[in-house]
Amino acid sequence: MAVIQRIKKPTTRKGKKVLLSKEPKAIEGPKQCIFLQGRNPSERTRQILKDLYNLKKPDAAYLSRKNDFVPFEDSSLIEKMCHKKDAALFGVGSHSKKRPHNIILGRTFDNGVLDMIEFGAESYKSMSDFHNMKICAGMKPCLVFNGPTWDLNPDLKRLKSLFTDFFYREKVESIRLQGLEHVLSFTVSEDSIIYLRSYRIILKKSGQRTPRIELEEIGPAIDFKLRRTKLASDDLFKQACKVPREVRPVVKKNITRDAFGSKLGRIHMGKQDIMKLQTRKMKGLRKTPEERKQMLKKKKERTQTLTENVRAPSAKKVKKQ
Amino acid sequence: MDIVKEILQREQKKNEKYKPITVEKHLELQIDLGSLLASDTNDLNEKLLKLENERDKYLQELTRDNTQLLLNKIWELPTERVDEAIVVQLPKPTTTLPRAKPVPTPKPLTKWQEFAKAKGISKKKKGKLEWDEQLQKWVPLYGYKKSAAEKDKNWLIEVPQNADPMEDMFAKKASEKSERVAKNELQRLKNIARAKKVKIPRVGLPVTSDKATALQLTTAAAVAKASTASLGKFQDKLPKEKEPRVKGLNELVPGKERKRKAPIPNPQAEKENNLNVLENILKKRPKIDMEKAVSHQIREEQVQRAEEKKNIKPAKGKYKNKSGKPSKFTAKKPKGGKGERNPGKKGHGRKRR
Repeated sequence: MAVIQRIKKPTTRKGKKVLLSKEPKAIEGPKQCIFLQGRNPSERTRQILKDLYNLKKPDAAYLSRKNDFVPFEDSSLIEKMCHKKDAALFGVGSHSKKRPHNIILGRTFDNGVLDMIEFGAESYKSMSDFHNMKICAGMKPCLVFNGPTWDLNPDLKRLKSLFTDFFYREKVESIRLQGLEHVLSFTVSEDSIIYLRSYRIILKKSGQRTPRIELEEIGPAIDFKLRRTKLASDDLFKQACKVPREVRPVVKKNITRDAFGSKLGRIHMGKQDIMKLQTRKMKGLRKTPEERKQMLKKKKERTQTLTENVRAPSAKKVKKQ
Repeated sequence: MDIVKEILQREQKKNEKYKPITVEKHLELQIDLGSLLASDTNDLNEKLLKLENERDKYLQELTRDNTQLLLNKIWELPTERVDEAIVVQLPKPTTTLPRAKPVPTPKPLTKWQEFAKAKGISKKKKGKLEWDEQLQKWVPLYGYKKSAAEKDKNWLIEVPQNADPMEDMFAKKASEKSERVAKNELQRLKNIARAKKVKIPRVGLPVTSDKATALQLTTAAAVAKASTASLGKFQDKLPKEKEPRVKGLNELVPGKERKRKAPIPNPQAEKENNLNVLENILKKRPKIDMEKAVSHQIREEQVQRAEEKKNIKPAKGKYKNKSGKPSKFTAKKPKGGKGERNPGKKGHGRKRR
């Protein structure tokens, strides 16, 4: 693949394999995520990142070293780190007087930052503050977005997509019913504070097939205040959302369904040769043996003359030369 | 009747024991089952949200209702039993999320692959090992133990008849091999450049000893001048600077097109060409640029007239014309330097940018 397109060839087989694994693929696996600390992260931001890391665990990495950088001013370091770890999502925590308890969540596309959104964590209750049973790692959560503002504000619309991307994990075709254990709820109020809550689902009997749902809060509970945003242009976003040909459903032509759900097909017929049409056989129209003999004779003569015609011009040429 | 009533009552009691699974909403939720996503666009109770102690309870209740609705939809989906677990078939997700990397594109062909495709040459599969008659053993085509086998095979090289007997044939062979490797590497890089549509710099000046010749210097100057972003279009010219006339310069200067002469078809044409050149040289006469000559003449005449005017003293009196009366067609008022001598001319002086 494009590994060969590199100017410097990989020297080892292992290196080549690593590079090949980082190549773009038509069908991508779950997005990897890195969490790292900016300059002077507060205890709270560190805890938040830890909790988010715990929620995302098999597809995430927590980098414990502090980094002196501000992603909104210079995104090169975060792009580099994402490229190095082959991650498409990132979370950065920092703390300053101007922006206390700062959390930045973002995603990359083609090793460049696509969206980046900054929050201030106004209040926070960690997972360990709730003394109860937690969920298993690697569970696919249900995502619930409450509030009409999610679809009205373009920034929030993108943020919804980012949150979905962050916790969506992986595309699955089937899911175990008992495995639906976790709900993440994102509620946005009028003054654009985002309440992130996380609950464990308890399935109770309801006397029917569908169970009655009860929720138990397991944390983290964070109240986010929206700060700066850096969103991708619509053009880039559209490019990032491109569906590869392999995944695109193949449209079957000439099949439609009407309002009642019955299948209709359109068939294209070739032109019918009327001369060869088999009409009703009648004794009176049948050919006698003599007639048939004559027809055969005619046919033979015709073919003979044809072949002679074909031969004749070549013979002439020979004579001329 | 009693039995029926009893049964109904029992059912009711049973149902009362359980909490309901139905939820009433003003607007229906937007549910994407493929990604287990529910979005509730109903208005929130902002009053409760603002109260510190009520907020968490309200959020939990709200989320519970929405989760119930989502799970109700999931429980309606077709189920399957896999290893004593009930599994639901999820539909395809409707929300499109951006990819992490762009959609892979087919790799551009190398120059050889393009050629092979045009000619219909297909790659032949070769075995990893080959039987060597001389060594009487299996020798790998490349890689491990190949070079050892090569050494075993070519421990002696015959010096060809016409070759220099003092030349080291082993060294020659090694250098040839390294040359081939280098060529292959160069071709690989060229292919990459072609695929990425990078313009490869053409091979520049030859390596000189210590003093460059005038020709090389003019070449270098021309290349340096054209090595700007605008291909030297806006570079100042020296006074009396001439176009450099160096053979093959256009191939080195970026942005210049190479002129390639058509090959001479036959000896007669060549002879004719040469005769033409000779004739051109012999019939050299001073060329006259008619326009220039005419303008030169006009200018000289003007100068002469101006001098004559200076010499003639202006006539005294109010009216300079002969009749002594003011004529209707007097000379125009002086415009104080605003009048232009040549109205067609656009600007004055040097072009400034």
